[in-house]
Amino acid sequence: MRNVRLIFIREFTAYFATPLAYVFIVIFLMLAGLLTFFMGGFLERDQADLVPFFEFHPWLYLFLVPALSMRLWAEERKLGTIELFLTLPISMNQAVTGKFLAAWAFSVTALLLTFPFWITVNYLGAPDNGVVFASYIGSALMAGAYLAIGSMISACTKNQVIAFVITTATCFVLTLAGSPVILDFFSAWASADIVQAVGNFGFLPHFQSIQRGVIDFRDVIFFGSIIIIALTANAVIIDWRKAT
Amino acid sequence: MNLAISVKGLTKQFGPRTVVDKVTFSANIGEVLGFLGPNGAGKSTTMKMIVGFLSPSEGSAEVCGFDVLKDPLDVKRSVGYLPEGAPAYPDMTPLGFLRFISGIRGFNGSEREERVQNAVRMTRIEEVAQQPIETLSKGYKRRVGLAQALLHDPKVLILDEPTDGLDPNQKQVVRDLIKEMASTKCIIISTHILEEVDAVCSRAMIIASGKVVADGSPSELKSQSGSGDLEEVFRKVTLNA
Repeated sequence: MRNVRLIFIREFTAYFATPLAYVFIVIFLMLAGLLTFFMGGFLERDQADLVPFFEFHPWLYLFLVPALSMRLWAEERKLGTIELFLTLPISMNQAVTGKFLAAWAFSVTALLLTFPFWITVNYLGAPDNGVVFASYIGSALMAGAYLAIGSMISACTKNQVIAFVITTATCFVLTLAGSPVILDFFSAWASADIVQAVGNFGFLPHFQSIQRGVIDFRDVIFFGSIIIIALTANAVIIDWRKAT
Repeated sequence: MNLAISVKGLTKQFGPRTVVDKVTFSANIGEVLGFLGPNGAGKSTTMKMIVGFLSPSEGSAEVCGFDVLKDPLDVKRSVGYLPEGAPAYPDMTPLGFLRFISGIRGFNGSEREERVQNAVRMTRIEEVAQQPIETLSKGYKRRVGLAQALLHDPKVLILDEPTDGLDPNQKQVVRDLIKEMASTKCIIISTHILEEVDAVCSRAMIIASGKVVADGSPSELKSQSGSGDLEEVFRKVTLNA
């Protein structure tokens, strides 16, 4: 735990050592605002809830989260610091977990800075704050799943741009897996069981069900297992090809 | 017990290429062992296997009695390692970087800070300690890497090209440091600069194409050539390999 904490602190402060943190937070907040007010019709729909705010999160995360995760391992490879990092007396799990948690904590920080939306909606009406709370949890879980996948992909390359592009593409497919776009592609040749299995991997239905205000155990397990599977693969990949 | 490193039949293959080929040697506390060899001879790869970064394809390596495959964490605790090029996190300051290393090395509270200050003093990086590592000169960067390696006062120090690319004054600083620590540690340095051997090493191993082709004290090696010239020996044994 001590090592995870130390790695976490180093990684988390590293975001703020460069303009990355500030650029990320400002862009995230601005885009969230634009989408909520202009595309989501936050004011026009005349309802005291944050649905138009949360419904754009999967799409916002799709290109912002890979920008966070791309550096996690690719940068260590590029700089050669991976050799230093992995010859310190730490286990592979501690290394992977510490880095992931720092990135996750950073994205949750950005998410929490959207609190003015919550204040606004409470000022304008009387929203169901239980639903708002559940939506924040759902959004954080989904960001975590994106990040874990991004961290795993970042472990495969020393090129951050490649990590970014592949992560975005992978998360795009996973986000839409339950929708006709992806299902039609599979139903043309795969059996119904496979189509259903692919459909179950879609992020959107799980996010939407939490967004309705019910934190269903199954949805939490879903995102939790995506995170654990991706991070386990991450550790295996690093162990397997450390040098290149 | 003075034995610090024991390497047996260490081999590394990358695909069809054998980069390190059945290297066997041992080294004791008090020895400064120089790995000599042309670029690409397998010096760095051998070091990477001893410190537990790469796993050997065959053979074994023991550091302070710990097997690098069975007890990798104990090996990493006993070793200070300076990777080639002295990589460090560019956005951190040397102080921040060393504090991180000190924490990971298991030091707490005032001892954590003491270790950092001590390493800063030994490597003489006081004046740059507060400025981002990316702004430092090559010489200072190298010394930050050294500070990181010797911070926990390890029994074994493995330094990959510690003086490469440094100016003569900076080289002297690093060599003095190595000599200062030599009596209480087992130090392995790799280099392709032959003068280094005379300057700091008590023993030298010439490695070519992954094999140990000569092993002995600098004077023993020199006596292998008629003229007593290390360079001549080096060329003779590495060209044929």
